[in-house]
Amino acid sequence: MSAPTFGQNCRAVLPGPLRLDGGVLLSPVEIAYETYGTLDAEGTNAILVCHALTGDQYVASNHPITGKPGWWTRMIGPGKPIDPARDFVICTNVLGSCMGTSGPATVNAATGKPWGMSFPVITIRDMVRAQAMLLDHLGIGRLKAVVGGSMGGMQALSWAATFPDRVAAAVVIAATARHSAQNIAFHEVGRQAIMADPNWNGGDYYEGTPPAAGLAVARMAAHITYLSEAGLTEKFGRRLQAREAKSFGFDADFQVESYLRHQGLAFTDRFDANAYLYITRALDYFDLAEEHGGVLANAFRGAATRFCLVSFDTDWLYPTRESRAVVQALHAAGAAASFVELSSPFGHDAFLLDSPELNRVVEGFLGNGR
Amino acid sequence: MSLRPDLAIIARNVAPGSRVLDVGCGDGALMAALRDQKQVDARGLELDPANVAAAVGRGLSVVQGDADTDLADYPDQSFDYAILSQTLQTTMRPHVVLDHLLRIGQRAFVSFPNFAHWRVRLSLLWGGRMPVTRLLPLAWYETPNIHHVTIDDFRAFVREQGLTVEGAWFLSDGNPARPAAANFFAEHAVFLLRR
Repeated sequence: MSAPTFGQNCRAVLPGPLRLDGGVLLSPVEIAYETYGTLDAEGTNAILVCHALTGDQYVASNHPITGKPGWWTRMIGPGKPIDPARDFVICTNVLGSCMGTSGPATVNAATGKPWGMSFPVITIRDMVRAQAMLLDHLGIGRLKAVVGGSMGGMQALSWAATFPDRVAAAVVIAATARHSAQNIAFHEVGRQAIMADPNWNGGDYYEGTPPAAGLAVARMAAHITYLSEAGLTEKFGRRLQAREAKSFGFDADFQVESYLRHQGLAFTDRFDANAYLYITRALDYFDLAEEHGGVLANAFRGAATRFCLVSFDTDWLYPTRESRAVVQALHAAGAAASFVELSSPFGHDAFLLDSPELNRVVEGFLGNGR
Repeated sequence: MSLRPDLAIIARNVAPGSRVLDVGCGDGALMAALRDQKQVDARGLELDPANVAAAVGRGLSVVQGDADTDLADYPDQSFDYAILSQTLQTTMRPHVVLDHLLRIGQRAFVSFPNFAHWRVRLSLLWGGRMPVTRLLPLAWYETPNIHHVTIDDFRAFVREQGLTVEGAWFLSDGNPARPAAANFFAEHAVFLLRR
């Protein structure tokens, strides 16, 4: 096992084994991660930031493939609610993903070939347990906070439920405690698009051509769920793309078509189709109440963790009522809960965009504003 | 920062170290005072998102919600006190809200503006118009106060419900008013109730 490293582009190979919810023992466990700031002598300033479905560990540094700035520089950075000058920030690529952490695209040590579809099916709780293994490796016991939006918020909830003694505070943004039928339905469209692409080849494409067309369609369908209808109308309406009139053909006549095609294609440059299958499966399997005898409040009983939930009024992927259901369970469990629904025209994606109110709430909740 | 007079009365009479739910907590001024001065474990419920953001920004546990619909989410007897300050008259069903307060809290503080204060009476008697006063500053069509109540109304309601009044405080211009003539002279009332 390698010695712990800190900073950008870190990777740890942990012996494991990691016992997965599906019953498989995973060993070794590779975890790619980044850290920002310095862990204080008492080890009390560690904040774990959890990424969403297609996110990665590059939360506050440039992405190695796209060259774009980190995906949450609005929340993390100098003078931001989470500030590396004060906080020790950790972000790991989740289990099953494709930016260096063990997943279908990594090599199975037993065969010397990429796992592909022989990689075990994983859950959100498995992702969390893998993160906990990394924290053990880094010598971090208790977290000042776990913070995440969307799937990152689900990890934050799962952290509090799985390791209540290790989480002082959880920030859960635009998330849910369970995937709804509609959530699963949209993901199934994406998975079927990937699997219908002949290049997918049962998940065995790492030496050939990846199923880019299928993955692009999956991304297009999912991308619609991240935006609001009003947002799409405002941004594109029925405007035509670089033409005066309809073509009476099937080119991208409309701007919204062109935009979605671009989003889909750009995504295939940086994401693995099999990883998309595995992570969407983990999301669909997520039902925190089910893990606790069907009663969500049981997930939080006796927890000393403080919770802060934020939803956005135009988010129809994980609407406000899902956050309220969590708040209700937290009340029943007697946990300290804060919740606010913020207004934004941008739908689910609002948590990644400029939102002074969101920053104010997170900063205040973390006690970093005082 | 000094608290509003009715909140100051409540703050003085909450037992140190207790668990408090502040319903309609605004920006959390009372909760912050209780936390800082009396080591109270305070939780809040507030309708206005900007107020919630401000309160959470002070490090308080506040949930955005509506007293009329969201009190049902709180378990029985989970707080020592439930507080409803200047909110009763804005609720759709004040009697249901009061019922919840005494289900959730062992005791309830309730404060409200007295609609039988002499200024209100004069305004209605001589002006023939819905009163617009310092405490009731908005016109009839835009006031959030949809269930005006007088001190005597409230006393009668408490009697009918068989509730025990453990304390009652009356304010006029921020100063104490005598209980006997409170329905005429007090602008504000604060009651401490239990079942």
